[in-house]
Amino acid sequence: MEIELRFYATLVKYAEKNKIPQFSTVELEEGLTLASFLEKFGILREHVRIAMVNGKRAELDQVLRDGDRVGLFPPVGGG
Amino acid sequence: MSKIVRVNMITKGVKLEDVPDNYKGLGGRGFTSTVVATEVDPLCHPLGKENKLVVAPGLLGGTPCPNSGRTSFGAKSPLTGTIKETNVGGTLGANLADLQIVGIVVEGEAEDDKSYTLVVNKDGATLESAEELKNNLVYDAVKKLQAKYGKNVSIACIGPAGEAKMATANISVTDIDGIPTRQAGRGGLGAVMGSKGLKAIVVDDAGAPGVEIKDKKAFNNAAEVFTDVLQKAPITSETLPLYGTDILINILNEAGGLPTRNFSSGRFEMANNIGGETMRETILKRKGNPTHPCMPGCIIKCSNAYKLEDGTEVTGGFEYESIWALGANCGIGDLDTIAQLNRLCDDIGVDTIETGDTIAVAMEAGVIPFGDGKGAINLLKEVEKGSPLGKIIGSGATCLGKVYGVTRVPQVKGQGMPAYEPRAVKGTGVTFATSPMGTDHTAGYAVAVEILGCGGTADPLDPKGKADLSKTFQIVTAAVDCTGLCLFIAFGTLVDERGVPAIVAMLNAQYGLSLTGDDVTELGKKVLQTEWDFNRRAGFTKEDDRLPLFMIKEKLPPHNTVFDVPIKDIDGVHEL
Repeated sequence: MEIELRFYATLVKYAEKNKIPQFSTVELEEGLTLASFLEKFGILREHVRIAMVNGKRAELDQVLRDGDRVGLFPPVGGG
Repeated sequence: MSKIVRVNMITKGVKLEDVPDNYKGLGGRGFTSTVVATEVDPLCHPLGKENKLVVAPGLLGGTPCPNSGRTSFGAKSPLTGTIKETNVGGTLGANLADLQIVGIVVEGEAEDDKSYTLVVNKDGATLESAEELKNNLVYDAVKKLQAKYGKNVSIACIGPAGEAKMATANISVTDIDGIPTRQAGRGGLGAVMGSKGLKAIVVDDAGAPGVEIKDKKAFNNAAEVFTDVLQKAPITSETLPLYGTDILINILNEAGGLPTRNFSSGRFEMANNIGGETMRETILKRKGNPTHPCMPGCIIKCSNAYKLEDGTEVTGGFEYESIWALGANCGIGDLDTIAQLNRLCDDIGVDTIETGDTIAVAMEAGVIPFGDGKGAINLLKEVEKGSPLGKIIGSGATCLGKVYGVTRVPQVKGQGMPAYEPRAVKGTGVTFATSPMGTDHTAGYAVAVEILGCGGTADPLDPKGKADLSKTFQIVTAAVDCTGLCLFIAFGTLVDERGVPAIVAMLNAQYGLSLTGDDVTELGKKVLQTEWDFNRRAGFTKEDDRLPLFMIKEKLPPHNTVFDVPIKDIDGVHEL
């Protein structure tokens, strides 16, 4: 399945670590949960405050589906 | 000894008064709103001599407490007709507090059609002629004032828009470097200042007695804990200093809550071009400063200085709301163009949020197309000139919508919406509907929980429980706005339970009180009740607490949701 992956703010370092652009489409096996997805890219859970799948906050046990858009954020704020 | 400076623009009389009992213990928004509610006829014309402009530092202003130097401006708003408080960073608040001034009350209006500067220093306060500053842009006026009164004074100044009494006019305040990058933006209080013939307020704290603190040791202990809270919390210690508030562009966009092209979508395809990550990279490449404190004692440092490609330092304090308003909301995806628009707004003296909303409504009307950055710059030049079109733009989104017959105007009580789409961030939509100020994101920042996951989580698309969430945030914010603290301290206090007790301990140590956390909550409620009561007396009813119909009827992409918080929930916000 194809996942549209988007790293933001300080998490852009994980894009660099995985040698992929900040915004990229990655090919993955079916049935991955968000938790196993993070593990696959070596992303420490404690660095991710918000994970969004298709614009909605997702829990770690959410199973990803073909075409999902995943956005990963550290703690951010402003106003 | 604490004093109030009372300025009569008709007689030019300036006097220092003792603080009357009913104003004792008030600071910031608590002071401005209480004075306005007590002394201003709610039915008065906001630009008439019956209105008053009130300025106040917060309760912790001028102390060693970090991030405590904000200044509140209050009056009846010419944009909304409601009571208004708008607060701002910079050095003004701390300097007033150092002089032991709890507030300035400007009354009447200059009937001689002349411009004046109010000068406040250790010897008192005087009105001086500012004829040479008439119609000066803010940056020029500030330079002349610094040449006359010294580099180290704090300045609050209006631009040509304020002098022309435009309802979007703001009041600019100088930052730690003496640059007028801080804006008391909302509600057109610059027009109130202009209506009084007051071009500027200059505050010089040289030789000031400083703030009295009853128990210095207890104060310093609590300030140390509070500092530690801010230095440990990830948002206040890492992402805000790195990227500034503009870091919000991408997360709101990802959540489908970034209002785009006059609130017609929650996603902007060029979001990343104007987001905090791109801004930081651009600033570093051009050797600008991405991390800057706007006030003394700021340890968050979310401000910045932005240079164009040719090295010109075009603007500073370049932040999320402005970048969204003049960017995504107008379909403009280029930071350099937005920076120039931001500078024009700051120089002419108009609120960036209201101006961005207004230009977007003008784009919807077909005055210029969405995405036309050059066209937007030209529209702002019309505001500077004061041409008929410029005056319409300077009157705000609601007025422009009426003039051009636009039905989709994102506003409540006549004030244009900030950078959160109510259909996708519903608790914040409740704040927009019910705040005594008209739409105001700072008045009850439910975004923290709904989008940022700071201090809890809630589904931003679910209408359930959102009125209560907004109410809680509005109460706490009203209390914080009394202290002079920057609202961003909440990103520390929401995640560290030592935060709020440290603030209460500082207030107790400074004033010799024995407040509890509950007392602070009660203070917030009292301020809100005072403000809502003023609005009721001004003729506002619960029917004014409604979002525009298009947000209830028209589905917003990408989530295709409408604003559906039940009216009975919205009306329940007033039951404190």
